[in-house]
Amino acid sequence: MKKLKLGGNNILLAITVILFVVMYAGGCIIYADKGFTHLQTFLNVLINNAGLIAVAAGMTCVMLTGGIDISVGSLIAMDCMFLAVGMEHWGMSSPVLMILVLVIGAVFGLVQGYCVAYLEIQPFIVTMAGMFFARGMTAVICKDQVSIVSDKLFTAISNTKISIPFGGYVNKKGIYQTPFIRPTVIVALLVVILVFLMLKYTKFGRSIYAVGGNQVSATLMGLNVKKTKLLTYTLCSLLTSIGGICYCLNTMCGTTTQATGLEMDAISSSVIGGTLLTGGVGNVLGSLVGVLINGTISTLVKSNGKLVSSWANIITAILLCFFILLQAIFAKVKESKKA
Amino acid sequence: MDSNIVLSAKGICMTFPGVKALQNVDFNLRKGEIRALMGENGAGKSTLIKCLTGVNKFEAGEIHLDGIDGPVVNRDTLDAQRKGISTVYQEVNLCPNLSVAENLFIGREPMTKFHTVNRRKMNEMAAKLMKDLDLDVDVTQNLEEYSLALQQMIAIARAVDMDCKVLILDEPTSSLDDNEVAKLFVMMRRLREKGVGIMFVTHFLEQVYEVCDGITVLRNGTLVGEYTIDELPRVKLVAAMMGKDFDDLASIKQEGSGDKSKEPLVIDAKGLSHAGTIKPFDLEIHKGEVIGLTGLLGSGRSELARAIYGADRAQTGTLKVKGKEVSIKNPIDAMNLGMGLLPDDRKAEGIIGDLSVRENIILAMQAKQGIFKKIPMAKQIEIADKFIEMLQIKTASRETLIKQLSGGNQQKAILARWLATNPDFLILDEPTRGIDIGTKTEIQKLVLKLADEGKSVMFISSEIEEMLRTCNRMAVLRDGAKVGEISGDDLTQEGVMKAIAGGGK
Amino acid sequence: MDKVKKITKMKLFLPIFSMILVMMINVIYDIASGNPPFGFFSISINNGILYGRLIDVLNRGSEVAILAIGMTLVVSASAGTDISVGSVMSLSGGLCCMLLAGYGVTNVSEYAVPLWVGMLAGIAIACVCGLFNGFLVAYMNIQPMVATLILWSAGRAIGLLLCNSNIVYVRVPSFQFFGAYCGIIPTPILIAAVCVAVASIVLKSTALGTYIQSVGINKKASRISGFNSAKIILLCYVICGLCAGIAGLVATCRIYSADTNNIGLNMELDAILAVALGGNSLGGGKFNLAGSIIGAYTIQAITTTLYALGVSSAQAPVFKAIVVILIVVIQSQPVKDYFKKLSAKKAGAKEAA
Repeated sequence: MKKLKLGGNNILLAITVILFVVMYAGGCIIYADKGFTHLQTFLNVLINNAGLIAVAAGMTCVMLTGGIDISVGSLIAMDCMFLAVGMEHWGMSSPVLMILVLVIGAVFGLVQGYCVAYLEIQPFIVTMAGMFFARGMTAVICKDQVSIVSDKLFTAISNTKISIPFGGYVNKKGIYQTPFIRPTVIVALLVVILVFLMLKYTKFGRSIYAVGGNQVSATLMGLNVKKTKLLTYTLCSLLTSIGGICYCLNTMCGTTTQATGLEMDAISSSVIGGTLLTGGVGNVLGSLVGVLINGTISTLVKSNGKLVSSWANIITAILLCFFILLQAIFAKVKESKKA
Repeated sequence: MDSNIVLSAKGICMTFPGVKALQNVDFNLRKGEIRALMGENGAGKSTLIKCLTGVNKFEAGEIHLDGIDGPVVNRDTLDAQRKGISTVYQEVNLCPNLSVAENLFIGREPMTKFHTVNRRKMNEMAAKLMKDLDLDVDVTQNLEEYSLALQQMIAIARAVDMDCKVLILDEPTSSLDDNEVAKLFVMMRRLREKGVGIMFVTHFLEQVYEVCDGITVLRNGTLVGEYTIDELPRVKLVAAMMGKDFDDLASIKQEGSGDKSKEPLVIDAKGLSHAGTIKPFDLEIHKGEVIGLTGLLGSGRSELARAIYGADRAQTGTLKVKGKEVSIKNPIDAMNLGMGLLPDDRKAEGIIGDLSVRENIILAMQAKQGIFKKIPMAKQIEIADKFIEMLQIKTASRETLIKQLSGGNQQKAILARWLATNPDFLILDEPTRGIDIGTKTEIQKLVLKLADEGKSVMFISSEIEEMLRTCNRMAVLRDGAKVGEISGDDLTQEGVMKAIAGGGK
Repeated sequence: MDKVKKITKMKLFLPIFSMILVMMINVIYDIASGNPPFGFFSISINNGILYGRLIDVLNRGSEVAILAIGMTLVVSASAGTDISVGSVMSLSGGLCCMLLAGYGVTNVSEYAVPLWVGMLAGIAIACVCGLFNGFLVAYMNIQPMVATLILWSAGRAIGLLLCNSNIVYVRVPSFQFFGAYCGIIPTPILIAAVCVAVASIVLKSTALGTYIQSVGINKKASRISGFNSAKIILLCYVICGLCAGIAGLVATCRIYSADTNNIGLNMELDAILAVALGGNSLGGGKFNLAGSIIGAYTIQAITTTLYALGVSSAQAPVFKAIVVILIVVIQSQPVKDYFKKLSAKKAGAKEAA
């Protein structure tokens, strides 16, 4: 029998899971009349946040090394714009474009990672520059600032429904509604599973934790800290680009103001999901729960109908603040215990 | 080469800019031997360790390792580890957020056929390793769940499992309690039986005599000698570290002006302590008195001073300054009571490197005056010039950045910082470390002059001569506690060394 | 050769050099496009107000210059940047207009409360934001950029909430005055000048500068010498908030409306860039306020020049981001070490010859 120890980090994750359950249950009770209890509402949270889930997985990896990447929102906008303009104005086929987007994402991450790992510049400054660069690039790619996608294959993928054989309901007109998800959800969940396995079972994954735990020790134990960081930032941008494709499949357009503040959602999802800002502790499954909390908050705000959408931002920020403070307090308690 | 010798360093030389850190130092370690490496501040212990483990590139000399032909050159610590030299430091160099098993095997994990980490096999191997060393540890738990002592032993286990022939333990016991130290020693003895050569660095004399077979003493970057444990009783060890042959200790005439015990009390501490650094102590200091704190490095002499000054806030006891009971939370409180502290780590706690000499000198005075009462520039210049002249600080100008000055001149500037506040009670922690002889004498004279002016000074130094020359009285510290005071006729080298060495042999 | 070295080592070399570079690009552009070569510098009086591209740079650069004051102190004391300033600007403007117009009203030509109440409230909320950031950084030991990330996101959202997600117009001349003209000179220029003057007088007449730099360079030594570093860092963040508040009001008065979605957008980048261009290390420690101010106007000159070259406001961040990266790469330790090695090699080669 393995003992389940309730260390500070487990407590954080436990709080998160309880928070999600309470929040969702609360939603079910208050907004039962608006269909909150239907399985489809939950699936919609997944569908709407498929892109964010992939991004949060990458963000978690970066944060595990003790870094941060605030360029993800802008990178998604750049990806979407590139896809939209590529299909509509340059006449490129969508599969080629999707591969190109992934390559661009990886190169983008490689450059950022190089600046952080080998030039030893603060990750925040590097990725902030990356954020503005990518955001500006959206306007460079498309002078009209908006581009709508009408590519046939892309639209087809976007409209594909994957039915789920249970949990349906009969609507007011008496028609049975089959719950469904979109392909993007499958991609996002696949990303989470792969990242989870990667973090747990590969040398690279364990190096990420080691670097975040104690960089000096990691070096002394023979790990290549710089390379690990470089690859982690590359991975983050690559996953963000996968998220970008999902995002574009959801919105079917590219605009210069797309996905603003998404970096905030990704960071708060990771933090709420139990990833320590100082690195070394965290789990990509926790981040998934974090995304679901974020998604539930905006669904709740929407269900209310009266609240302005910026409430979702504010509540997320308050939650983030709450969890950051909790982390700081746990760290202080730990330190005082040691002394 | 003696077939029993596992590591032998010959004629190691190493210079840092301006300092000869190691001169022609030899070090020999046999299989199955625990050898203590002893020396005071600046003796070259850390430099020697760094040379052996490839952190520093030494200029002359050779290192030979058992089983390797010809001189060994270590590119870095990793390279040294591969060749069989492992180091375990006081602060454990493992990852607290990983499991014990991972810490033991990271970088060399057993793999499955899918090129993923075989966690089950890794845990099995780790459990076996722990069992072999008699450690009761659940290898799947995170390292941070275990005590520092266990973490240290796990670090040692990792080193041993990587086929180390030479194990360097750099002050592993500094933050362990007696019980934990005992456990560590059991493990060290077990490794000795297995034929591992262990280099053991510690500040605690008791521990040396409890576990070691031999002692190598360094002083000022040179080798004093290699001894077996029986050749070198405590007092002789202290003498060797302090640089005096015990037989010809000349008594040095004290220049200070005798007994001050009739003067009014400036500091009256009762039961002050700070957890983990200094056990409760009582101390009285009179007006115009120079009190020396003596003891080996790590004995708590700096920590005692810091507890009075509030640099580490005292957690128990009461402190009376000039008869009034006070509570000091922060250094600024102590400063407002007329205290000053020249810290021993000049770089980390003394200089503000990117500010000019002038700004460094007026800093404490400005802090006392508060943010809104800026010292006018003309006054700043006047004060700075006065002290540059008085202490003969060699600087291109008063606006030169202090980091560009030599160590001795930096020290004088920090001293000037405190003299400018005109303190009644000045604590000088190792004010003469890393400073040339001329400056040392100047500082000693200055201390005596301050005492003449009726100021009290607390003087901390590793060099007994200069303490004898300046102090009226000395407090002796050992293993984080104040163990006695010496005054009057007992103030001789012999007396001090006996007090430092303490009981036992 | 030595002279060149001396000049490049001067404190204000980087900001002045980049300023001159931007101006030269303007001159070349004007010549190339057939305009009078010094069109950038020509100042005239049209309709009783000063007119010219230089005046435009000074006018539009006011907000960045004000922000740069606070940002310089924050960078110096805490070795981190306050990325919430843009959002705080928007929040302060939003609160001010909401009070002046009344909640839910989107267009007024009369104040609901006296002007000074609205202005003071706007500045006060910004100071509270600074206090919040400072508390997290100084007392909870949270990395500055993570701590300010919270308000970076929430500040603008709260501003939107206060304005009921509308653009609130306050069409009152005395309100517009602060964003328009005082006599022939644009008022924002005067406000920025006053802020810079006050800041330099405070730094000159108190020991604040010494305190901040000392804490930024060596926290431990500063503590031993009697400074309370947490208080100093907190103070820097409050000052930064104050500056963001003033800048936010200027930006709001300029368009006599609270456009919370756009006021102060991307301003944090400009402010940080101004500090870096001013020759200050983003790693904290010594600071040079004059450099940051010149840096701020250089940024504005870059922006104006980019617009003149036909780059849209949405595209401009690309170029600024590249400038930021170039500056921090030059400042980074490995690159510095590399150049040191290179010059040492050169010196060695000379000696050998």
